[in-house]
Amino acid sequence: MKNYEVVIGLEVHAELSTKTKMYCGCSAAFGSDPNTHCCPICTGMPGVLPVLNGKAVEYAVKAGLATNCEIARFSKQDRKNYFYPDLPKAYQTSQYDLPLCKNGYIEFKVGDTQKRVGITRIHIEEDAGKLIHDAYTGDTLVDMNRCAVPLIEIVSEPDMRSAEEAINYMQTLKSILEYLEISDCKMQEGSLRCDVNLSIRPIGQKEFGTRTETKNLNSFKSIQRAIEFEIQRQIDEIEAGRQIFQETRRWDDDKGYGYAMRSKEDAHDYRYFPEPDLAPIVLSDEYINEIKKELPEMPHIKKQRYMSEFNLPEYDSEQITSSKEVAGYFEKAVSICNNPKAVANWIMGDFAKMLNESDITVNESKILPENLAKLIMLTDNQTISSAIAKKVFIDMFETGKNAQDIVNEKGLVQITDEGAIKQIVERIVSENAQSVADYKAGKDKAIGFLVGQIMKESKGKANPQVVNKLLLEVLNK
Amino acid sequence: MSVSKEQVKHIANLARLKLSDEELEKYTNSLSDIVDFAESLNEVDVSNVEPTAHILKIQNVFRKDELKESFDREELFKNAPTKESGCISVPKVVE
Repeated sequence: MKNYEVVIGLEVHAELSTKTKMYCGCSAAFGSDPNTHCCPICTGMPGVLPVLNGKAVEYAVKAGLATNCEIARFSKQDRKNYFYPDLPKAYQTSQYDLPLCKNGYIEFKVGDTQKRVGITRIHIEEDAGKLIHDAYTGDTLVDMNRCAVPLIEIVSEPDMRSAEEAINYMQTLKSILEYLEISDCKMQEGSLRCDVNLSIRPIGQKEFGTRTETKNLNSFKSIQRAIEFEIQRQIDEIEAGRQIFQETRRWDDDKGYGYAMRSKEDAHDYRYFPEPDLAPIVLSDEYINEIKKELPEMPHIKKQRYMSEFNLPEYDSEQITSSKEVAGYFEKAVSICNNPKAVANWIMGDFAKMLNESDITVNESKILPENLAKLIMLTDNQTISSAIAKKVFIDMFETGKNAQDIVNEKGLVQITDEGAIKQIVERIVSENAQSVADYKAGKDKAIGFLVGQIMKESKGKANPQVVNKLLLEVLNK
Repeated sequence: MSVSKEQVKHIANLARLKLSDEELEKYTNSLSDIVDFAESLNEVDVSNVEPTAHILKIQNVFRKDELKESFDREELFKNAPTKESGCISVPKVVE
């Protein structure tokens, strides 16, 4: 994309992790039998009176404070009118001109540069129900369990200039919401999703191009692909002398293409008006300060602390603090074994790979932080070699047993006795005359082969430092 | 006329109402009358009046985040004309 610049703004919807819905005491939990978390209020029966869940307000204010927003002292809710079967009231209760939070920003790294993206506003609103296509009858089935589950919508400024920036923004926001513990952010369950507003313009042009809005992206991969697709589509249109229309689009992740939605064309006339059934929200300084005090250490602050307190590299600190769960696991393990770099290496290396392959999180794995710490201590005090530690780790991951038991059961204690190791060294040296000759001819690589043979002979239990020392002694004799 | 026929058509479309030419004429007149009547409020001087967010003097009506039992599904869907697999069934929504 040589001659064009892309301009991206995101509207992120996050379901709040309240126990109950926005305006009634029905459960807000995901994944129950259809229409079992419903009552006359959340299914929009006439004559009912909604009452706002105070927790939803508190959570939205938390989100606002953590993203440097101004918190409105006076706020109200409005009705956004449109007809769709997933919305039984025929309007969504949302906020129009007086959102709870506005004018914030978040910052994150893109490559080596620090990027700041403005937050236009954060408002509370209710989620809609779920529509299921019935392949048998061809009808649409309506499940209203999700109706009126509390949401916040976080609207960004059009500050992003690439798919990478948009992804990093989304990741940073997800991490903030997870730290605040106000949303479970499970994208695959739809509790965190986003709409992408995107336009392109020739480099150097001040005015924005016409933007399109691609709705309801619920994985990082689909956000990335939808953005790349839409950039290319808009360039192709403009290059072909055609116009970009302001339209709402859908992304088909299976087929890998985006398309314009026709049916909602005039639905944008939402005719907002103040919700007469709900009272204005007036927040005092005391209320806001109280919430401010409860805010946890945020990821970017934690990252700085890891760098200074644990002496971890910036990269490690960034990786570990990006998830509150991982950071908690890390801190627990470090508090026991007092070797931050080793814990970081495990968490970012073999452990991360195995978690990824099994599609589970650190806390879901069988390895408790205490056990990882013990494993590191066994390595640090040279009871086992690092090669053996890797094997023990796999065992721990599969069985949940603790490191010491595995080492005892399998007789994996490292051999540090020089006499025993020397015997093996001498045998290997005498059996590999060619490698010895290569070494003496100046081929240092031959050493590696010999070490490998010795380790193999000792079933990985020989202390590698001792092996190296003795091998050189024998060879240079 | 303070309301045009085009506006009435648009509103009718948003409300999923199909109006005959006769009805269109009739509603354009009556809606204009209503808007004209409401327009008379513009004569009141409100320069010293705060915009009203709610007609009652109430604020911060909050509920505790406490679970209550939901409704029985059969009871809740008594009025639904078509049901299937625990859901209300509606004509296919194409997207």
